Amino acid sequence: MKKSIALTLLIAGALGAAASAHADPRARFMAANCAYCHGPDGHSRGAVPSLAGLEAKYFVDQMKAFRDGSRPATVMQKHAMGYTEAEYEALGKWFESHK
Amino acid sequence: MTIDRREFLKVSAGAAGAVTLSGLAGCATTSVAGGKAKVIVVGAGFGGSTFARYMKMWSPETEVTVIEPLGQFVSCPFSNTVLAGTNKMEDITMPYDYIKKVVDNWVTDTVTAIDNEKRTVTTAGGKTLAYDRLVLAGGIELLFDKVQGYDAEAQKTIKHAWKASPDQTGVLRKQLEAMPDGGTFVMSVPMSPYRCPPGPYERACQVATYFKKAKPKSKIIVLDGNPDIASKKGLFLAAWKKHYGYGTPDSMIDYRPNNMPRAVDAKKMTVGTEFDDVKGDVINVVPPMRAATVCGLAGVRNGNNGSWCAIDYLTFESKEVPNVHILGDSALTNFPKSGSVANNTGKMCAYAMSEMFAGRQPDPSPVVTNTCYSAGSDSVAFHVATVFRWDPEKKALVPPKGANGVSKEESELEMAYMESWAKNVWADTLGLPENYNYTAKG
Repeated sequence: MKKSIALTLLIAGALGAAASAHADPRARFMAANCAYCHGPDGHSRGAVPSLAGLEAKYFVDQMKAFRDGSRPATVMQKHAMGYTEAEYEALGKWFESHK
Repeated sequence: MTIDRREFLKVSAGAAGAVTLSGLAGCATTSVAGGKAKVIVVGAGFGGSTFARYMKMWSPETEVTVIEPLGQFVSCPFSNTVLAGTNKMEDITMPYDYIKKVVDNWVTDTVTAIDNEKRTVTTAGGKTLAYDRLVLAGGIELLFDKVQGYDAEAQKTIKHAWKASPDQTGVLRKQLEAMPDGGTFVMSVPMSPYRCPPGPYERACQVATYFKKAKPKSKIIVLDGNPDIASKKGLFLAAWKKHYGYGTPDSMIDYRPNNMPRAVDAKKMTVGTEFDDVKGDVINVVPPMRAATVCGLAGVRNGNNGSWCAIDYLTFESKEVPNVHILGDSALTNFPKSGSVANNTGKMCAYAMSEMFAGRQPDPSPVVTNTCYSAGSDSVAFHVATVFRWDPEKKALVPPKGANGVSKEESELEMAYMESWAKNVWADTLGLPENYNYTAKG
């Protein structure tokens, strides 16, 4: 599985952002998992922060901080424990490219 | 006829014309006419509507038809706040106008027959529609005949309010308003698995928050068919103790486990259990339930003694009938039957199907999540959150270590998040625009 993610990311990187919608359907799907709390395409309608347009590095750093508990959380530590670091990166890139 | 999925995918991946991939190899007579894959979605709740929206986003060339009997969307999540008086029915009711614009066809009708061989769906209005893939997202069927006396006449007085509607949730709220102070509200919890595991215990909290303000001498008797509180036990007990005197002689809530309602009498206003007849001024019995009626029409209600629908976790396709997928509460899974799960598995199914239509294999290792809030009063809430990942050995989606748990304690912050969740999941499910004017409050 890790191989296929790496490959997908490689392809996504090679084709560039324009083709990303087709190049990384897995990242697109995982990003959609966040929508019920963070809003469709990461645009929140309520008190939970939007994810759309966040810098990828910031996103990844926050996920790591939720995971190790250095950023206090309600639900986010559980969610951070459910994804791999490679998936943090893929999600970060997706939200960065969707403003 | 059965063809192993991997075999089928291997075969279909070799062909370039994506649309013919939507059918099994042996069903050439029902291959796609006009070059477009046809998907019919039955039911526009959290599962079906989300699936339809994402399918059009991720596979725009697919023709998506939605069949839904109701004219507008009424949210079950948040409907307990209507019983509390925090919100009104119109606050949890949203239009289908936006999702209608996204899909190719919208049929306001009820499905009366499904032909798995011809791959057609027939409606009460007399329409017969053909599909390549059928998505059943009809929610639940309530089994009134499993409770003696719960006939059509009794249903005029005794409400389940487990499918939110003006006639259910709206009427139950009016009954609670009309109840005199010092009255008794009797409610029930169905046997697991049922739609919305924390819902009944939240309902007790929400009715209690109303009684505390408006009729503080009143009591709530909770008849639970299960041996114990089935979800978020510690958090509910803490809320009951903190807000409603649970554990003291003055407790507003009288919780009775192993008390399955066997009978109701709407004239005498009693609920019969194995032990006794419990009298109430307002009675709210949720009968046993199973997968939606439409699943029975398709012959896919094959799991758990014919109650729920066994599915392939990677595609949500029925294990019984090819090309039929089952979403949300109707599916037999280890996920809680929640709005969040219906919403996210709607996307998971759209993801798998769009990959197959594009001539690729569905993701062999999907990730899906649940985040579910419950309100302990009119100002605090708490959650359960879980990430499910594919485990190749267990052949199931299971939470990795640490990726499952509940709130440490209730909080006002989580009430704000609960309200935010509702607005976002409604938007994500129904395609509501960013400037949509919500009126619901936490």
